Amino acid sequence: MDFTYDDEQQALREAVRGLLATAYADHDARRRTVADDPGFDRALWGRLAEMGVLGLPFSEADGGVGAGPVEIGIVCQELGRVLAPEPYLAAVVHAGGLVAAIGTAEQKGDLLGRLSAGEVVLAAADTSPGGRWSSGADGVRASVSDGSWTLDGVADPVVAGKSADVLVVTAALPDDAGTGVFVVEAADVTRSGYAAADLTRAATVRFDGSAATPLGDPGRDVTPSIATISDLTRIMGANQALGVMQSQVRATTDYLKSRKQFGVTLNTFQALTFRAADMYVSLELAHSTVDWATMTIAGGDREAVADAADRVGLQVARAARHIGQEAIQLHGGIGMTAEYAVGVGTAHLTVLEQWLGNAGHHLTRLASRVTDHEMVDAV
Amino acid sequence: MQLELSPADAEFRTRMREFFTTKVSQEIRDTVLEGRHLTRDQIVEAQRTLNAEGLAVPHWPVEWGGQDWTELQRHLWHEEMQRAGVPIPLAFNASMIGPVIAHFGTQEQKERFLPATANLDIWWSQGFSEPDAGSDLASLRTTAVRDGDDWVVNGQKTWTTLGQHGDWIFTLVRTDPEVKKQAGISMLLIDMTTPGVEVRPIELIDGGHEVNEVWFSDVRVPGDLLVGELNGGWTIAKFLLGNERVGVAPVGATKRALAAVKANAGALLDDPLVRARVAELETELLALELTALRVVAHSSDGAPHPASSVLKLRGTELQQAVSELALDLAGPGSLAARAGDDSPQEGWARRSAPTYLNLRKASIYGGSNEIQRQIISRTILGL
Repeated sequence: MDFTYDDEQQALREAVRGLLATAYADHDARRRTVADDPGFDRALWGRLAEMGVLGLPFSEADGGVGAGPVEIGIVCQELGRVLAPEPYLAAVVHAGGLVAAIGTAEQKGDLLGRLSAGEVVLAAADTSPGGRWSSGADGVRASVSDGSWTLDGVADPVVAGKSADVLVVTAALPDDAGTGVFVVEAADVTRSGYAAADLTRAATVRFDGSAATPLGDPGRDVTPSIATISDLTRIMGANQALGVMQSQVRATTDYLKSRKQFGVTLNTFQALTFRAADMYVSLELAHSTVDWATMTIAGGDREAVADAADRVGLQVARAARHIGQEAIQLHGGIGMTAEYAVGVGTAHLTVLEQWLGNAGHHLTRLASRVTDHEMVDAV
Repeated sequence: MQLELSPADAEFRTRMREFFTTKVSQEIRDTVLEGRHLTRDQIVEAQRTLNAEGLAVPHWPVEWGGQDWTELQRHLWHEEMQRAGVPIPLAFNASMIGPVIAHFGTQEQKERFLPATANLDIWWSQGFSEPDAGSDLASLRTTAVRDGDDWVVNGQKTWTTLGQHGDWIFTLVRTDPEVKKQAGISMLLIDMTTPGVEVRPIELIDGGHEVNEVWFSDVRVPGDLLVGELNGGWTIAKFLLGNERVGVAPVGATKRALAAVKANAGALLDDPLVRARVAELETELLALELTALRVVAHSSDGAPHPASSVLKLRGTELQQAVSELALDLAGPGSLAARAGDDSPQEGWARRSAPTYLNLRKASIYGGSNEIQRQIISRTILGL
């Protein structure tokens, strides 16, 4: 048992942190980037590709680096730390993860190679309007005629859907045969992009007889793989949220030490310092759970990963509400402003949570399983 | 980063589990597992069983019966013990005065007290808190005045847990009233059969007799029972309370209590709200256990991990929350708290209200949770 990072992992963290600092050390830079489409910095995306960060999860045969979940988690934490709007979770972890899990060797070599090189952005279209974290697909239907597949329907929200070159789409298979995953060129769909509450980008994507290529074996139900990739994305989303919360706790304690009211710094008031202490407790408990869930992925057991995703999803969602809300409250009015990172962090936590699965969702799933075990053991 | 235990640690855990579940009296373990009260004799018997195997005081120096274990192994020992329903070795002996005597005591004191302390031949009580010295312990007023080679002690201690069983009591006394309050305190070991020592019970809201007042009236204490330096008691107190915080998050016991709640809940588990409360507590306990593991896995260099301070705070909150869930599941059955054994209500339901009330203590003792928040905000966050 070991909860520490090795030297190579530390070096990766420092390299990613250094690169992100050149772009977003100043929160104003993030503000400028998200003000205009595509809502992220394409030059930075290219440098992440050069550094190998975009190819981290994928095998070397597919043009990637073949790193493990701990390394990917480190990248997500660092992105979260500076509220980077780059669509790493959406394009690399989620959409890329679907290709890696389901695609043929040829599809993986092509799509993951170009994704790793920064030549294409992928986005996963797996949510229907009004949908709630389902592994099935009820908004988009697949049809096949003479071996040619087409899709019809609507997916929304599709995170990074407007800037993506290629969409990875979950769709209901004909004859109620389950859910398949399809690759669709952006040119074959209608998209309207918009900004989410944290000014990262999503889109409504409409399919109207859109030409589609089945990912992997045509017509095969891949619901379990879709669920597992969603769970992996949740765990990496929890890593990203951890980075956000670490920054918020740091910013809040710094603020309490420097901000003066009534002629004294705010840390004079125990009503405030005790609340900061409680934020730290939430942060550390979330941190431990994030590390555990990330390590669980390496074990490779689908059910264990699903359980870890629910537990870390719940723990981090609770912590995010607590820390995100208190960070704003302890800052006072400045925490409400877009020019200050701390409140924007709360917006980012809110988007991550509702995109990937909120506390109620995870708790419902965990509650359905409470009689399956006597107690929950860490090891 | 790696989740699995090493083969050696996994084997260690299996060995602990096997010993605890096969060599410690089943009757004692059932008493613990069902949340009933242990007798003095049962607590003594359990500790002697552990001590005979070298498992009562593994964190002591090896020459006094300790084991050369890693922090992780100590954690596994502690967790497996709680999981099996084995009573934890008496904290006053194993975690408090034993390590103090081993560290600060004279060779004579070590030889006289340590073997008997490990084996619970001496039952120690703690004489720290006073009516006007709770969280502000350094303001204590019990005095010890030199008279020849002896000390003469006068004053009152309170919240002395299980003092009714005590043979000896380790006390903090004021030996110099003229200096800054922390600088005038010493530690004395006092035989509770000495004339002038009186133990008076305090009845608690759960109806139990767990704590006591201990009064000292001209109690004569031989000079060789001073521990460490004269007026060095505050250093010893900080050392002792630092040890107390380790393992104060009762993860294993709380997991076991929650498992018992589930087992007792029966059809109540069909209620989605009950299931949600259980699922939420299980997840929070997992987060706590993982934090404890992060702390022990980091502690090898001797410096405590900053996150260790969250263990007491959150650990006691969760301990209390599980007792509240048991109470809510018992419902009207919890009114039968002091009913006789012919009560038609189940034992766990009858015990639920006293247990809930009793555990309100957990966020007060061992450095109240407000003191823990103070430590976090000052020491960790620098506020």
